[in-house]
This record gives sequence, structure tokens and C-alpha cells, in this order.
Amino acid sequence: MEWTIVVGRYNPEGTIEGEPEPPPPPPYTNAVRKTYQTFTVDLPKHAAVLDGLIYIREYVDESLVVRCACRSAICGSCAMWINGHARLACKSRLDAVAVDGRVTVEAAPSMGVVKDLVWDQSPFWKKHLDAMPWLENREPIPEREYTVPNAMMENLIQEVSCISCGCCLMDCESFAVNPDFLGPHALAKAYRYADDPRDAATTERLRRYSAPGGVWDCTHCFECVSVCPKGVAPLDQILKLRRMAVEAGFTDNNGARHADAFAESVRHAGRLDELMLVPKSNGLFNIAANLRELPGAWNLLRAGKLFSMFRRPIPGVQRIRDIFKKVGGRFGGRQEADKIEAYDRPYHRL
Amino acid sequence: MVIDHDVVVLGAGLAGMRSALEAARRGADVAVVSKVHPVRSHSNAAQGGINAAIGEGDSWELHAFDTIKGADYLADQDAVEILCSEAPGDIIEMEHMGVIFYRDEHGKLGTRAFGGASKARTYFVGDITGQALLYTLYDQILKAGVKVYEEWFATTLFVDDGACRGLVALDLLHGDLHLLRSKAVIVCTGGMGRVYEPSTNALICTGDGMSLAYRAGAPLMDMEMVQYHPTTLKGSGFLLSEAARGEGAYLLNSKGERFMERYAPNKMELASRDVVSRAETTEIKEGRGIDGCVLLDCRHLGRDVILRKLPQIHELALDFVGVDMITDPVPIRPGMHYIMGGIKTDVKGRTRVPGLYAAGECACVSLHGGNRLGANSLLDTLVFGRHSGGDAATYAKETPPTTGGEALLTDEQRRLQALLERPYRGETHARLRLEMGQTMDTYVAVERDAAGLETALKKIRELQERYARVSVGDKGRIYNQALTFVLELGYMLDCAEATVRSAIARTESRGAHYRTDYPHRNDDEWLKHVLIVHGKDEPEYLPVTITRWQPEVRTY
Repeated sequence: MEWTIVVGRYNPEGTIEGEPEPPPPPPYTNAVRKTYQTFTVDLPKHAAVLDGLIYIREYVDESLVVRCACRSAICGSCAMWINGHARLACKSRLDAVAVDGRVTVEAAPSMGVVKDLVWDQSPFWKKHLDAMPWLENREPIPEREYTVPNAMMENLIQEVSCISCGCCLMDCESFAVNPDFLGPHALAKAYRYADDPRDAATTERLRRYSAPGGVWDCTHCFECVSVCPKGVAPLDQILKLRRMAVEAGFTDNNGARHADAFAESVRHAGRLDELMLVPKSNGLFNIAANLRELPGAWNLLRAGKLFSMFRRPIPGVQRIRDIFKKVGGRFGGRQEADKIEAYDRPYHRL
Repeated sequence: MVIDHDVVVLGAGLAGMRSALEAARRGADVAVVSKVHPVRSHSNAAQGGINAAIGEGDSWELHAFDTIKGADYLADQDAVEILCSEAPGDIIEMEHMGVIFYRDEHGKLGTRAFGGASKARTYFVGDITGQALLYTLYDQILKAGVKVYEEWFATTLFVDDGACRGLVALDLLHGDLHLLRSKAVIVCTGGMGRVYEPSTNALICTGDGMSLAYRAGAPLMDMEMVQYHPTTLKGSGFLLSEAARGEGAYLLNSKGERFMERYAPNKMELASRDVVSRAETTEIKEGRGIDGCVLLDCRHLGRDVILRKLPQIHELALDFVGVDMITDPVPIRPGMHYIMGGIKTDVKGRTRVPGLYAAGECACVSLHGGNRLGANSLLDTLVFGRHSGGDAATYAKETPPTTGGEALLTDEQRRLQALLERPYRGETHARLRLEMGQTMDTYVAVERDAAGLETALKKIRELQERYARVSVGDKGRIYNQALTFVLELGYMLDCAEATVRSAIARTESRGAHYRTDYPHRNDDEWLKHVLIVHGKDEPEYLPVTITRWQPEVRTY
């Protein structure tokens, strides 16, 4: 079958017509001028985008560069933008992603470009390192293996399955506006160690992840869940970390206060109190921060969005309060209560 | 630029990172050089598990016997004793580092069955054991602060006065060539799967370290011992782990028979890999295959076992041949998977060149002899990675600082520049590699004979000649993959030549080396290793070390 592959190319040493000077060397940026080159390749129906790129690199244009190794979604090398979404080229079958036999690939615009499809991975690995990605052993270290229930090990397989391809970070909405956000991959890794029953540094970890740039900076856009090729579902892990952090008492931050205010408003009135949500998230007595919100409040007022203080609880609010009471807990419920309990329980008592 | 370290490790898979960690623990200033980021290494692809005799009723002697029998008695038994007796310690250490090994109902390490083993002694993490180990070790070297030069490609070893004192590497991202000077170099570059087409190996498994060590004077040993894995996916040749058969999957021919009954009535599908691959080849050759394949049937395992214990291979079959193994059998065939041979080392990882060490798949201690048992390769990387790292650190302490080497750096710069400037004369690395791969898969595969091997040698010689005319289709400095592919092809041709020459030399059948013209094992003449030495036309031979297990007839 004939496929059209459009490749967004960038050569840091090449000159682009009309520009006498070659673009500057690293630090890498995503503000590069790509040229889109069209290749036509003849490949079977079940071939992957990567097969097409390898074919081009081997037989059409040897100067095309793409990172790849295993070809089977294990090594995590070939993450790129395919038709505008982060994907692994090896796991994307042409017949599944091509539109009218045509597919466009390029380095994700959220990442610095080194050359063609090769992107600068150093920010990705910096975040990995910042997540403190190693076990701090619980003492005493046993002579043999730690004795732990298999369920607690299997609980971590989802995060251990992460192949560090970078798809989640490429399409992360929070990272797009805040480069300091630790990112979905690093937080999934963070959860993997924080909820390991053999780890002794859980408190230190949760303190770290509760800081700005940590778990509360995620905006729940679900991009990381939908683009992850290995089903790691980083957002789920971020939510688990939030629960663990709050349980451990790390509540003195906007994120935890926001969640509290949100829950409290719904419990009390059966609906959201937009007026109080912001100051409660900032902290009621955080005058400076709340003053900074005034222009926004003014806009809300003009849009007719700021009158909830006069609203009464919705009819039948008692039933909502009953629900809260029934599920218990700080936010009225722990969906994965068993897992959290497992974490609370020191392993040596098992 | 010239950079100094005590120990330089080439390759960042399990063997490389384990040896680096050990050298660092012994106080050496150690650096790791890898042409890809460490977690992209091919150790990732090891799915099934890692062997150790830890459980009750098992013993390291039994493990050693299984390994030696699996090796068809070509393994050096002193090395196997070290491997098996130290295995439990290394597994426990990895557990303490954080690997989330599967547990039994008592919360202790739990096992699964694997091919060629008399007990279930394979410890595992789902079917991503290699990945789980690799990431844990990577995180440990981050914790230890080991320097990693990632995406640096080694072009030559620095040999000074007969000893290895570092290497020259190309920084791919920036295009600069550097001399990494050291007192010892540990080569941990893994296998040479890309010498074959198809192969289960990643595109990066190009035998770089084997070739570099060979050119530096270290012999390559038992290179004819190439393992064909019994279950590789039709078409792409991707690996479906032995874990599938370990969990109870069947192999069926076109008539729906479990044909292993005829070849290994006791162990059936869990006979050693050479036996199963040969059986499949016979079935296909005698017309009981389906489109050049046989079938791997997991249906009776049930949805739950498949999704919980074999999720990755379930996904692979679905993605790459469109078969859901919960409802349908998967078409598979034997495919090139592993090389038992490699750089000859002693049990401390030392090669014949002072200061040069090797560990992992690229090394030949020899543990795997004629055929490696599944789940012994991960163990090999950890145990002998540790030994090489430790010994290299000690050696570095006793060795005075290295000087010189600037001339080598200039020479290499000139050599690469000349390569870049070579005009196009019709030869490309891709075409040559394909021809080499197909030649090897045709004549140096599961079954071999003298005529085929001679044809292969002639072809490899022809390719070596044409290699001198291969041009580089990218003239730039930054991330020039065309240049590294050309260099890799040179490495692979060395490995291919050694493999074919060893295969011609061994006129018997043993393990993975099955000669249709010499169909029997010949212990009287061939209980010895074949060594190929750079610059010598004739192979050298070394006797196999036998400690307590005398060769017996091998049946499963």
C-alpha cells in the first residue's frame, strides 16, 4: 500500500532559504522553523509509522534522524507528534493513524528540537531526578527479601510499566504553561516509590510533592491518561499522591485548601460557592494574595458570577450531607481506601 | 576534549550499570558511556524473569546442573558454579534496591517455571522483569551519582603499550569527538542481533563492544552459538516471552498436535530453547507448519492469567499481528535472539588485554555454552557485572594514571572526516546490512552445513570488501545517525565473520549449533571452545573446564 508521510524537519546546521545565518546552537528551543517534507512509501497495511520512517532513513534520505531501538513499544525512544498528538511511532499502525493514507509526524512543539524528530530530553530527565526516584530502605533491612503481600507489589506494576517515552509530558497542559511542573511521568514515578511498603521516606516525598510544581499543579485535563502507550494513567497516580499527602497532614497549601473548600461548599450548600473558593484556597488571611485576586473578582462581578453569597443551600441538601457522612473521611470518601490503608500500615506488622 | 576517569564502562544495560555501581562502591571514579540513554538499553526487552535457587527443595547445584545440561556441556563449570551459587544474593540485593518482584501467598518471593529448569526458580515482575530491573538500577546509579555520558558513540578503544586505557567516543548531540582516558574499560554492549534479519533484538544491538574488543586483541569465543528463540512473532520477529510456555501455553502444528511430544516427551514445551526451535523447524520443514509458522496457544490459560501475568505479550500480538491470544492461537516461528559466545573473559570479567573487561551478553565467560537457559541472561549481567566492576576498581587502584592518547584522538577525527567525505558509489549501509542479515538467517541459522557456511563466509567477505565503498548520506555534525550506522555495520561484519568462521570450525552438533552434516555431539574431539583472534586465519581452541558434572546424553 502507498502511504504519504509528511515529516516536520529541522536541521540545526542547515540554512533555510532567505536566511543567511544558520539557527543558533543549543540550548534547544521549540521556536524553530521546521520544513515539512513529503515522502511516499510502499508498506504493508499493518506497518507502523516507525517502519515508514526507518524505510525513509535507510533508502530515501539518510539524513533523516529519529530515535528508535526496540520497535515494539518497550524502549520508549520514538515518542513524537503524530497528527498532532504524542504517540510512539512504533505502536502507531499506519492504517490506524493515517487519514486518507496521509500522516504527519514531527517533534512535539512543547519540546526543544535537536534535529528532525530528535528532541531535547534533558528537562524530562531533570524532572525524573527531582521526583527522588529511588527506594530509601525501611530499617532494618532484612537479610532476605522484605515480606510484603503480592497485592502491594502488583499495585505498583502499573507505574513500573512506564517506559519514559515522554508522551505524557509532551501533551501535558500544565507543563505547557508552567515548565516547573514536575510532570505526569515524574509524579507517576513518585507514587511508585511513595507507596512502596519498603520505603522509609514517604513523609519526605509527600512534603516534596506538595510543594509548588507538585501534585496540586495538575489541572486534570486527562491528556496524560489518553496518550500514555502503556496504560500508566499518570493522573490517577497524581490523585493517589494527593490523598496520601493530605492524609499525612500536608494541607498548608493552595491545592489542599482548594480541595477542602470545594468539598465543604458542596457539603454545606449542595453547590459551589465561587466567591469563597478563591480566598479559601489562598487562605482567608493571606491578604496579599487575596488582594491580587481583586481584578479577577471585578471581572466575575461584571459577568454576574459573584452573587453566590446570597444563595441558599439547594433544596434537599440534607441528602447530600448524608452522602458525605456515609462515606466519611476528610473529603468524604477514599475511593481506594484499602490501598491507602495498606500504605498506612507499616510493613513489618504485616 | 580529553576526560579522565578511573574506570569507563561502555554500555548502560544491566551489566553496564551493575558494574558501574560496583566500581563506584569500591571508590573508583567511574563513568558510563552509552550510545542511547540507559533506559533505552535492550535489557528492557527481557520479559520472563531471572533465575536463582532460593526456594526450599532447590539448590544452587541443581541450578548449575540445569545450566550445564542446557549448555550441552560447553559451559565452563567453574564459572557456572559462581553464577548459580551467588545468584540468590544478587536477587535479594535487587529486591532491596526496590524491584517489585512477584510474591507468593506468604509475601515471600514467588516463582514461575521456565524452560530447561528442573525446578520453578524464575523470579519475575509480570512480563517486564528486564524493564523493572533496568529502571531500578538506573535509579540507583542516579542515587550514587555515577557520571553518564549518554548518546555518546564509541569509535575505538585506546590501547597503550598492550593495555586498554580508555576509548574515543562521539558525542552525538553536539558532534564532538572525545578521548575518555581511564585505567580500565568494561565493555557491556550486549548482543549482535542485527547481524541477523530478522531478529528479536533492538536496532541498537550491533555488536559494537565485541568488535572493538576483538580489534583491540581480545579473542571472540564460541561465536557459532547463536540462540534462536522458539516463539517470535510472525513477520516482525518480535519476542513472545518463554513466560507464556512457563505459564502453560502449548505449541501446536497445522494438525493441531502438541508436537513437542515427539521431541521432548518429559519437558514438552519447556525443553531447552535449542531443542524446541529445532523441533519447530522440523515441523515446518516437513509440511506441518502454517505459512512458515507454528502456533502458540494460550487460550486454555484463560483471560485472567493472560491479562495479569502476560499483559505485554498479549498487547504485542494484538498490535503487531492483530491476534487476541485470549481467543486465538498466535503464529510464531524460531527467530534469532541471543548469542552465547562473545569476548572471552575469565570469571572476573578480564579479557586477554590488560585493563579490558567485558560482562553481559557481549562477554563469554562461558556460562551458557551451546545454549542459554531462559532467565539466566539477566542473572549473568548482574553477577558478572558485579565481578567485573569490582575487579576493575581494584585494578584501577594499582594502576598509575594514564597519559597520552591525543594522537589517537586526532587520528580518529581524520578517519571519521574521511568517511564523511567519501563519495557515493552505489553502496549504502542499509542494503549491505540487509544482505548480511538474510545471509546469516539462511545459512547460519537453526540448521547448518559446510556448503551453506562456506557460501555465507564468501558473502561476508564480499560485503567486507563492499563496505570500504559505503558512503554516509548525512554530512552534518549534529546527531549524524548515518555515520553511526556505517560504523555499526563495520562492527557487525566483524561479528558475522567470527560467527561463520567458528561455525565452520566446529564439525559436530552441540546446543544451538546443529550441523546436518555432523548431526551428533562429539565429546572426544569437541569438548572445547573455539576462539577467533583478530589478524589470525586459524581459530584457537581452549578446553572446557569441567568440575563435577561429566557430560551425559541430553534429553528432555
